[in-house]
Amino acid sequence: MKRHLVSAADLSRDDALLILDTAEELAQLSGRAVKKLPTLRGRTVVNLFFEDSTRTKTSFEVAEKRLSADVINFSAKGSSVSKGESLKDTALTLQAMGADAVVIRHHASGAPARLAQSDWLHGSVINAGDGTHEHPTQALLDAFTMRRHLNAGLGNDLSGRRVTIVGDVLHSRVARSNVHLLTTLGAQVTFVAPPTLLPIGIEPNPDTGAAGWPCEVSYDLDSVLPKTDALMMLRVQRERMNAAFFPTEREYSRRYGMNGSRMAQLPEHAIVMHPGPMVRGMEITAEVADSPRCTVVEQVANGVSVRMAVLYLLLGGATLADTAARTDSVETVQ
Amino acid sequence: MVSYLIRNARILGGAPQDLHLADGVIQAIGTGLAVDADIEIDATGMIVLPGLVDLHTHLREPGREDAETVLTGTQAAAMGGFTAVHAMANTTPVADTAGVVEQVWRLGQEAGYCDVQPVGAVTVGLEGKKLAELGAMHESAANVRVFSDDGKCVDDAVLMRRALEYVKAFDGVVAQHAQEPRLTEGAQMNEGQVSGELGLGGWPAVAEESIIARDVLLAAHVGSRLHVCHLSTAGSVEIVRWAKSKGWDVTAEVTPHHLLLTDELVRSYDPVYKVNPPLRTAEDVQALRKALADGTIDAVATDHAPHPAEDKDCEWAVAAMGMVGLETALSVVQQTMVDTGLLNWEGVADRMSHRPARIGRLTGHGRPISVGEPANLVLFDPAYRGAVNPESFATRSRNTPYKGMDLPGRVHATFLRGRATVLAGELAEQGGLE
Ligand SMILES: [Zn+2]
Repeated sequence: MKRHLVSAADLSRDDALLILDTAEELAQLSGRAVKKLPTLRGRTVVNLFFEDSTRTKTSFEVAEKRLSADVINFSAKGSSVSKGESLKDTALTLQAMGADAVVIRHHASGAPARLAQSDWLHGSVINAGDGTHEHPTQALLDAFTMRRHLNAGLGNDLSGRRVTIVGDVLHSRVARSNVHLLTTLGAQVTFVAPPTLLPIGIEPNPDTGAAGWPCEVSYDLDSVLPKTDALMMLRVQRERMNAAFFPTEREYSRRYGMNGSRMAQLPEHAIVMHPGPMVRGMEITAEVADSPRCTVVEQVANGVSVRMAVLYLLLGGATLADTAARTDSVETVQ
Repeated sequence: MVSYLIRNARILGGAPQDLHLADGVIQAIGTGLAVDADIEIDATGMIVLPGLVDLHTHLREPGREDAETVLTGTQAAAMGGFTAVHAMANTTPVADTAGVVEQVWRLGQEAGYCDVQPVGAVTVGLEGKKLAELGAMHESAANVRVFSDDGKCVDDAVLMRRALEYVKAFDGVVAQHAQEPRLTEGAQMNEGQVSGELGLGGWPAVAEESIIARDVLLAAHVGSRLHVCHLSTAGSVEIVRWAKSKGWDVTAEVTPHHLLLTDELVRSYDPVYKVNPPLRTAEDVQALRKALADGTIDAVATDHAPHPAEDKDCEWAVAAMGMVGLETALSVVQQTMVDTGLLNWEGVADRMSHRPARIGRLTGHGRPISVGEPANLVLFDPAYRGAVNPESFATRSRNTPYKGMDLPGRVHATFLRGRATVLAGELAEQGGLE
């Protein structure tokens, strides 16, 4: 593994499987009365959130605490940060405090990459979502959830599984991370969205010879549903409507919303995923959101295991065998 | 005044000859000249070009002297082989009155490293609402002929039309920064494959092309001169080519960085590559090189945009746009145009001196290298090889994308009216004027 986790594209197939397998091991822990490992005792992890995200922040915090790290929460609201020096100055401060890892959420694409490459900070950088760029731990928890449902077992990947991602791909860091990771794990990805919400360059361009993204693209949700093993809904922000990305909420939900009749077109084993928080109505009806095939709650629980695995592997440098051994030893000690 | 004898220099890349410079003019050209001169320069292997003329320089004074001053900017210009630069109007205060343009012009005279020709703003405060006093700026000591809101686009079609019409009264030209503002809201880099992957706001080529298309039609309609700043896309080249084929008085420039660098570099998220217009694709780079070679693009202009370190040592989103370019321009042109066989040194002289001087109506620059002409010259060593070291720059800022890169060639000497502003690769201690 590399020192940082900035992009899902940085993960090789082996890295990705190591994280998923480690997460699987660590997930056993949450079933126990004492949910703590001493692995990161004495190490300092900073949660540096320039953008609000209670879910992601809490998930990381729980993961860090279960690994016995010293946790510092540093929030710097995007609105109050007007000058560019702030990221650098903040990083220098954290460096002085001896941060071993920084979990960063930032409204600007590339901020974690910049932090990882700069000499402002020596610890590991973990991207907890940057602008419209990436959110690699979200992709890992998604892949983890898919594997459990579609091809459970240590060492297994997602070969041949078909994943459909629906909604605002243009502004989605979840989509960007997922396409890398899922492709690395052997899955086939199809994006479904109105053309206005797809990034330029996602489709191959014969004029320029550009290859496009490693995925398929469709404007028609209904045609894709029958060949979908995992359907991932993305959040669509209402303000996109005012910026003319689509005409009305009603039209959006008619063409791209998930409802009961569409769910009936999915194969029986297929799951419906959502990174949350869900906007019920426009993008997903209550019927779908509350159905047993919807994995939203499960995704939250899996998020903790996956983030523990990432922290553990980046900071602990341990192998899976070590993980098992240490888990045992904790048990004995306790 | 010190006189110079330059031995065995290749004028515009031709056969070796000697040049005798005295009293501000070229006194003699020939082989084996037998004249007494105060300083003799062995220029074996070196190229002599007319002093370079930049149509597009940001000197930052008044207002951002921490980034650059007229003195440091013109020193950088001299180090790059320039004898005249057009100073863009987006200073603080904006160069939109006779007073400000005269101030900038006078600071250039006092510094003495390079003639500074101020560019006047087209609209008051670059706000795009009301024409600035174009006539008063022209009548001032600065004798302004080029007007531009550069940094911003004159996007109001009526205002653009009026500006084009109005400057005809004194043979002026409007230099447009072509950027449709609505299409580039939130734009941070070229819109394309890379922006899609990086999740950075895209700056589509059509935002530049649609304005150029409109402006060439407006200029043709009112029969005026239009100059298009820093073309960056293959489509822009096609529109300018079409306008020229109609016989319209449209000229265009390209920056050295758009001849060499592509948007792939943005993958590093290093703000040194953040520039306006943005770095485009390899196809655009090839189209721009070809257009410069065939004359569709008239001039190389640096768009030298100095920024202090703190404005670049930050995350991409908040970093300032622009790169310095005066001191590396000729080297980049050698690498992209001469070493590739697209342009010979005569062509370089045309695109970096003769034509920009003509566009700016500078009568004392861009002259032929012949006896009796003002000795505005650059002596360039094309065989030199070395990594770019920003620490050695004369410009006050260090935001160069070429740091550590091996670029060919080096300015050995620059002469402004017969006085060396640069000698043996070193800045002269005093400026060119006594
Ligand atoms: Zn400009």
